[in-house]
Amino acid sequence: MLNKTLNISTSPHAVQGVSTADIMRNVVWALLPAAFFGVYAFGLSALFLLITTTVSAVLTEHFLCRFSNKESTVSDWSAVITGLLLGMTLPPNFPLWMAFLGGVISITLGKFIFGGLGCNVFNPALVGRAFLQAAFPVAITTWYPAFLPDRFSTYSVATFTLPFMEPALDGFTGATPLAAFKFSHQATAIPELALGLISGSTGETCAVLIILGGLYLIARNMMNWRIPASILLTVFAFCGLLNLINSELYPTPLFMLFSGGLMLGAVFMATDLVASPVTPLGNWVYGAIIGLLVVVIRIWGGLPEGVMYAVLLGNAISPHIDNLIKPRVYGTGKR
Amino acid sequence: MGFFNFLQNSFKHGIHPAEHKNETKDLPIRQFPFAPLIILPTLQHTGIPSQIIVSEGQEVVRGQLLAKAGGFVSVPLHAPVSGTIRKMGYVPTISGKKVPGIYLESFPSSSQEVPEGKGIQVESATPEEILQGIQDAGIVGLGGAAFPTHVKLKIPEGKRCEVLIINGVECEPYLTTDHRVMLEQADDIFLGIQYLQKVTGAQRVIIAVEANKQNAANHLAGKVPREAPIKVQILPVKYPQGAEKMLVSTLLGKEVPSGGLPIDIGAVVINVATTAEIGRLLPHGQGIQERVITITGPGVKQKGNYLIPIGTPLRFVLEQVGTAENISEVYLGGPMMGTAVANLDISVTKGTSGILVFPETEIRRKENIYPCIKCGACLDACPIFLNPSKLGILAKAGAHDEMAEKYHLMDCFECGSCAYMCPSNIPLVQYFRLSKNRVRKRKASIT
Repeated sequence: MLNKTLNISTSPHAVQGVSTADIMRNVVWALLPAAFFGVYAFGLSALFLLITTTVSAVLTEHFLCRFSNKESTVSDWSAVITGLLLGMTLPPNFPLWMAFLGGVISITLGKFIFGGLGCNVFNPALVGRAFLQAAFPVAITTWYPAFLPDRFSTYSVATFTLPFMEPALDGFTGATPLAAFKFSHQATAIPELALGLISGSTGETCAVLIILGGLYLIARNMMNWRIPASILLTVFAFCGLLNLINSELYPTPLFMLFSGGLMLGAVFMATDLVASPVTPLGNWVYGAIIGLLVVVIRIWGGLPEGVMYAVLLGNAISPHIDNLIKPRVYGTGKR
Repeated sequence: MGFFNFLQNSFKHGIHPAEHKNETKDLPIRQFPFAPLIILPTLQHTGIPSQIIVSEGQEVVRGQLLAKAGGFVSVPLHAPVSGTIRKMGYVPTISGKKVPGIYLESFPSSSQEVPEGKGIQVESATPEEILQGIQDAGIVGLGGAAFPTHVKLKIPEGKRCEVLIINGVECEPYLTTDHRVMLEQADDIFLGIQYLQKVTGAQRVIIAVEANKQNAANHLAGKVPREAPIKVQILPVKYPQGAEKMLVSTLLGKEVPSGGLPIDIGAVVINVATTAEIGRLLPHGQGIQERVITITGPGVKQKGNYLIPIGTPLRFVLEQVGTAENISEVYLGGPMMGTAVANLDISVTKGTSGILVFPETEIRRKENIYPCIKCGACLDACPIFLNPSKLGILAKAGAHDEMAEKYHLMDCFECGSCAYMCPSNIPLVQYFRLSKNRVRKRKASIT
């Protein structure tokens, strides 16, 4: 019995037990309430859209791994997050073939060419969305009304348009709360915004459920709370300052916080572990930069929404933040 | 990402692994039987090997000097049992390297009494005599590092020891040797402290105990000699609280400079079992023959804290306590910093604080290694504020020098907190050991 060969390994021999796949899977769970709310608010079109982007991202990841003779990395769940997030940032009546293309681009250009999970510079879902924004500017700003009475029996005509044919636009353009404020200075009431009784992208409308999802991840120590805290505080402070200067011209900070994709962006996009800084102070700086950019783009930019570009720019400077802000190592320099 | 770190009066960062101490913490220290054959490597400590002064076939009595110190950073070796020197030659050690050593066959019916030597009394001896006495007793750090204690106690020119810290933290999971020593050998500890105070000139003594050993702390506090400047301090349970750098920071609020020692900020840290051994051996002029070892883990039948003769083969130890059928891994030391043994032919040495046995069913296979997702869990764990994530990526890329020059690789003391936390199961500590080795070799080749 005692003559058998023993296994050897290097210390530490104990592990804490939560794996990367566990973290990714829990992020998916945390996204689901807001996603389901999107389906509830926008009906079948939204359901088809979310399924399409998720399947597209997962299939793309699987086949790219196969073609490059690697073991499929689908089981780490990160492709599911990318696909689901992408779907949640698109209008519910977005044509499915475009959405599928977006999923392919997200994984290919957003993640795989950098070397797969852990190497992506940008949040892959946002890379896909940026591509769609550039390629299909009309479809991506054509909104669909929420809570249509027949939403569970019919779907938007645009959903099943054929590839490369003009989508039949049956939504209405430019009437999200942000656009309404930007172009005609109509503010929407905060409770409506927070609860998601409005039009918008599929998964971004219900701020309350997004926050709950984020709190779940924070409680399980699977999300960096400093990033959303920093973004939201910055937006609140900056916008509050502007609002104090001229409340006619600039929206209230609460409107800013709860409208558009800010909540989804702050809680689930900017917190992409790979594309955000690793140090606590770095996270605060990164969040503050994104927060400032969001307000600047929303108020002075040509687009009503700026979260996507703000997060992508934040991702781009994140490695530099890590180079500049390093923790002071024990026993070196001044305290 | 912990919210409440700032509420703790302790060093920053660190981890909270499952303790697993309950199974053995209430079991009194028991004498272990003598093995028929004792295997004694001459390098059981950090430093220069001891030099053998006995010859094959010679009969020795327990406590007799077998090998003398090979230099200043070295200690002598004493016979753990009475018996005959069967063979001299190369013996296996845990590192896999074979070193010169002694095979000692014990007398089955000897009384195993240890003869009195020339004692050193704390009242009359000079600091130099005590220092010499500590070396002559073969004493090394019993916490696991096995660094010769007299070297640590030699205060460098121009430095002063203000506070002596007796380390009873024992932050490694599973181990309960220091805990039992504090409960059962309090008198030896306080006598040892007297010797240490005289050597270091420390005006103040702190006995540091982690909060999970409340009974030991209370027991010691009740036995502090009247008017002695000794304080028993209870520290929050956190790994690696027992590491010198962390302990000094928690107790004194000062940091040991990078590349330096606690004495640079006026502190000397000595393990509590080492202190007890000094108090027990010096008055009688004897040397270390045995030490307390926790034998535990899911693969052990009779768990406990045992007083085991140095040089007892692991195979004999495990036969005596009984193991599960399907044992798969055996560690010497704790699960965080201990070493896995490849086979059971090696023996217990002065630095062995625990023997942990795990059957196949209890091993959590770390087979899925994912890429680093830069979650920052390792940064939040590293007690000296390194960036293990970046270091790991650099190590994989072979950028060993950049790791040392820009990211303070050489400050890492391999506590394992980063690898413990890593959700991607990246063997960070293994990377760092390899990289440190490379850097050292390159530096050695330059000079």
